Amino acid sequence: MKSPHRTGEAQAGWLFVSPALTLIGVFFFVPIVVGLTLSLTDFDIYAIGDPSTARFVRLANYAHMASDREFWGALRNTLYYVLVGGPLSVLASLGTALLVNARLARFKGLFRVVFFAPVVTTLVAVAIVWRYLYHPRYGLIDAGLARLGLPVVDWLGDPAWALPAIILFAVWKNFGYNMLIFVAGLQNIPDELYEAARMDGAGAWARFRHVTLPTLGPTFLFVGVITMIGQFQLFAEPYVMTQGGPLRSTVSLIMLMYEQGFRWWRMGYAAAIAFVLLILVLAGTAVQLALRRGERA
Amino acid sequence: MSRRRASLGVHLALVVLGIVTIAPLLWMVSASLMPAGAANSLPPPLLPRRPTLEHYVELLTRLSLLRCFFNSLMIASLTTVVSMFLNALAGYAFAKLRFPGRDRVFAWLLVGLAVPSQIGMLPLFLVVKGLGLVNTPWGVIITGLASIFGIFLIRQYALSIPDELLDAARVDGASEFHIFRTIVLPLMRPILVTLGAFIFLGTWNDFLWPLIVLSDEKRFTLPVALASLVGEHVQDTELMMAGAVVTVLPVLILFFAVQRHYIRGIMMGSVKG
Repeated sequence: MKSPHRTGEAQAGWLFVSPALTLIGVFFFVPIVVGLTLSLTDFDIYAIGDPSTARFVRLANYAHMASDREFWGALRNTLYYVLVGGPLSVLASLGTALLVNARLARFKGLFRVVFFAPVVTTLVAVAIVWRYLYHPRYGLIDAGLARLGLPVVDWLGDPAWALPAIILFAVWKNFGYNMLIFVAGLQNIPDELYEAARMDGAGAWARFRHVTLPTLGPTFLFVGVITMIGQFQLFAEPYVMTQGGPLRSTVSLIMLMYEQGFRWWRMGYAAAIAFVLLILVLAGTAVQLALRRGERA
Repeated sequence: MSRRRASLGVHLALVVLGIVTIAPLLWMVSASLMPAGAANSLPPPLLPRRPTLEHYVELLTRLSLLRCFFNSLMIASLTTVVSMFLNALAGYAFAKLRFPGRDRVFAWLLVGLAVPSQIGMLPLFLVVKGLGLVNTPWGVIITGLASIFGIFLIRQYALSIPDELLDAARVDGASEFHIFRTIVLPLMRPILVTLGAFIFLGTWNDFLWPLIVLSDEKRFTLPVALASLVGEHVQDTELMMAGAVVTVLPVLILFFAVQRHYIRGIMMGSVKG
């Protein structure tokens, strides 16, 4: 039986979602699909004035990519950043979450706010702050290292250290977010599980290993996926801190896309780079889902 | 005794970590108050010997960062107000209104959560250019007026609204929009505060898209202005730190004002998700 309320409700439902869906469709989903088409053309600065000058070039952009050393460098840098920075950031978050959530800890709310503060700061602004902190002569980080009798490092000036320095900065900037998510996950673990483990004579490490870690499984998956997606978007840090240098050692895929697309207006090629990035992100997500499923089986 | 030692260890670790976390922000403020050149001396000073506001004055007058501040404020406020409303409307409908195709559409939206927004940025630029909005604040605003994450956050919260409440109002003859406005919105206040803060912070802090859309210095948002300023004034540590303070302070204040809601909202979005 269909009541008048029901039909009114269905109409209202579509009416309520349509403004948001239209905007998301036009400004998010459609551009992604158009981007795929764009990556098969030689769309350039002339085509911006007159789109009819763009030609369909099939996979030429992707073929060019295969022989482009800039692209392979950016890919290498991005994967380094994701594969080293991601796990490091997750570990920092988990460690802090365990501390903040420790039964003994007091002022939990205060510490949570302090650790979360860098997350809400403006990336560009704090990247500039860190650029000065990393200064080899006047930076506080090297001053601290020197005081401790440790060797100083030209953090952003040495091609071997620039990317690790950016990773360190990004861990500082982001660990608070995942920390909160881990705290939420930890609070969801029933106390009885720990009690039972304690009764069985499990020590602190055994309880962590056999109770905390397994029950945090879904949280790990969530954190892993969102962290990876975030890491793949590396852009503002190198843009502000190193301009991609020294020796192009900090150019990321998004930065290359930005340079090719909006500085040189090679939009076809830039769209192809964006698509490779999308495939990497989706593959990375699929791998994490599969790993998680394998663990559970 | 060992319990006491454990407690001491936990608190020591927390305090050290807390100091390391907050130190860069404290140094930013401290350096912004140093006279020009003072931060570049050896050994690098921690505190200004003679605090001065000269860099703030210069930024806000000669370098017209004040205008960029208002650009940022306008763009972030407008985006926040409209986006909150549209996301609340959609999120509530996905949670509580029964309409054909609802779950399939929502599933598609969730797929979009895994796609970084930069992927479609080149065509997006052409769309915004086609609309004649390049180098205007509207070009920045229009792409942020609805967000999948916002809809998702609202939906998670709205699921807990009891159906009886809505049905009772329907029996009384209230229209769906009236129900949304008078019953649903007040119930969702906590999550609306979270979402509002989330959108405002995200828009205020955004960099790549405004960098692409805005080309006229007078229309820059603060992050874009700061990134361009550091190109010319890289030697002026104290001036740049004052610029960083002007950019970061508003969002930190907003965060401290709503941190309770905000932190709970983030934890909720993750756990139920």
